[in-house]
Amino acid sequence: MSFVNTFDNHANCLIPSTRKFKQLLNPVNAEELEELARLSASITRQHFGHTMRLFAPLYLSNECVNNCTYCGFSRSNAILRVTLNIDQVVTEASHLHSLGFRSLLLVAGEHPKFVSEGYLGECIKAIRDLIPSIALEVGPMETPEYSNMVEAGCETLVVYQETYNRNTYTKLHTSGPKKDFNWRLECPERAYRGGFRRIGIGALFGLSEWRNEALALASHLAYLQQNCWKVNYTVSFPRIRPAAGGFNPNHNLTDKDFLQLIFAFRITFPEVGIILSTRESKPLRDNLSKLGITSMSAGSHTEPGGYTGEGADDLHYTVRGRRVDVDNKNDSESLCSAQLATEQFEINDDRSPNQICEMLIENQLDPVWKDWDQSILCTN
Amino acid sequence: MDQLTIADRKFNSRLFIGTGKFSSNEIMSDALKASGTELVTVSLKRANLSKEPDQFVNILDYIDPDKYLILPNTSGANTAEEALRLARLAQNAGLPNWIKLEIHPDHQYLLPDPIETLKATEALVAENFTVLPYINADPVLAKRLQDAGAATVMPLGSPIGSNRGLDNEEQIKIIIEQATVPVVIDAGIGKPSHATAAMELGADAVLINTAIAISNNPAQLANAFKNAVNTGRTAHNIGLSEATNEAHATSSLTGFITE
Repeated sequence: MSFVNTFDNHANCLIPSTRKFKQLLNPVNAEELEELARLSASITRQHFGHTMRLFAPLYLSNECVNNCTYCGFSRSNAILRVTLNIDQVVTEASHLHSLGFRSLLLVAGEHPKFVSEGYLGECIKAIRDLIPSIALEVGPMETPEYSNMVEAGCETLVVYQETYNRNTYTKLHTSGPKKDFNWRLECPERAYRGGFRRIGIGALFGLSEWRNEALALASHLAYLQQNCWKVNYTVSFPRIRPAAGGFNPNHNLTDKDFLQLIFAFRITFPEVGIILSTRESKPLRDNLSKLGITSMSAGSHTEPGGYTGEGADDLHYTVRGRRVDVDNKNDSESLCSAQLATEQFEINDDRSPNQICEMLIENQLDPVWKDWDQSILCTN
Repeated sequence: MDQLTIADRKFNSRLFIGTGKFSSNEIMSDALKASGTELVTVSLKRANLSKEPDQFVNILDYIDPDKYLILPNTSGANTAEEALRLARLAQNAGLPNWIKLEIHPDHQYLLPDPIETLKATEALVAENFTVLPYINADPVLAKRLQDAGAATVMPLGSPIGSNRGLDNEEQIKIIIEQATVPVVIDAGIGKPSHATAAMELGADAVLINTAIAISNNPAQLANAFKNAVNTGRTAHNIGLSEATNEAHATSSLTGFITE
């Protein structure tokens, strides 16, 4: 039994929590939205207090075997690629540690050759003495592989379904293993069996009609809470940002609807962490920090080596799985101007971690850098 | 002096304070001072357990160990084994060998796992820790923990952070009646009147965190809780009359009898 078995009928099989959630998504006027905001803020303070967890993404590699029309890392995009070696990963992690981060999200494209399970395990082990909380956002794995990641010292798995609309999913994922909708949908369950202690799920908003997307995500979350209960869940609602490939979203989620979405989740799932990344603008992040968000990234880079310039000497193109040196493409000029691998998407809020902390303190929120200890899981 | 004794340590205050959810370490520190507490819990997963100072992870720098007994808690542990690892780590970091055992794998309501809690208590007592287990209000579990060597039992009034007060009052009464170790009501106490009620019932102490931390004025509310705990304790010591449904005259009805 898995969520895959009930997913296609989820909208007709609502339970009290998801029924309430669906009602909360009904169109609201400004006054009603204000009321939802008040409730969301109050519930957030009750459950999470005056705190905000901080993390940073650390991109390991932008190699990818998938073609996903909305993603800058898509296989067929002619972008500058690199996979950091272990020493380079440690350099990036040490830099982030010096800025305060004790919680890192390791991100990589899906590529069995460059981003192997063994490589990821080595990355985790190399930084775990420095970074108490390590999360992973990479291509889906089998349960035993997830167990290996946990054993190496990884606490959190993040996997977004991108879109819960099967037809849209098929259209957008044109080639590569990511085409398999169900394989991805079952990821959080495999991660649970593998021993992860926090699991982050979400959808990429802009790909499909937002209310249906949100309800499917809520149903997924409710299913996981009932069936995979020994885990702390987080949700995230990333909205499409400009990226290589120039994808234009068909279903823009407006700021007003975005707020309603956050409030509806907070009111329905009071104890679930809600993450807001640097994809969003400064004013939106500043205001939402008080209204429902519990975890934020800060000063993010979405390209490998983005924090310290590591890997800049190894930039290349990858064509049909083969490395092509930049010189061969006769555009070393563009490389000189770029100096870094290509980012996954453009960030919006470019303030430093220190500036984000100042904003949080001004909003009477305590920036929490450490909220996990390696000793809880680490046995070796 | 109506002191509380846990293991061999005496406390003048029966109000324990948790340190999560405050808007800053300074505000937390002021609230501790105003509460008059002598015992403060700290989540190990949020503390710096290395020997090196850390400007970003420094909650312990704001809790003076000469004024307060620091009671590390194992929040984050899902199993006895994980709680043990955290406790040993705290001990190696030079924290007291007292441990507040919190094992709550259910993240929706943070309700404690009774089986893992009992296992962990047995193991930690064997390693000479002073163990204060957080439990659901289950009288038999309380007895089992007591037999296993727990220094207190800490039944929850209602789920952590709920501010619902003593939802489990009837079970708590049984625990208080039967316990041979101090009973500390932990979790769910949302207002001073709840704390007074818990103390009137005969609880030996209460532990407050959320209510104070998320208050508009943590220090003043901490002081209000201090007074509420003292009021409840005084009332308990004096002994309260039973409530009845009927009115009773305050002057004697049978005072005319002279012999």
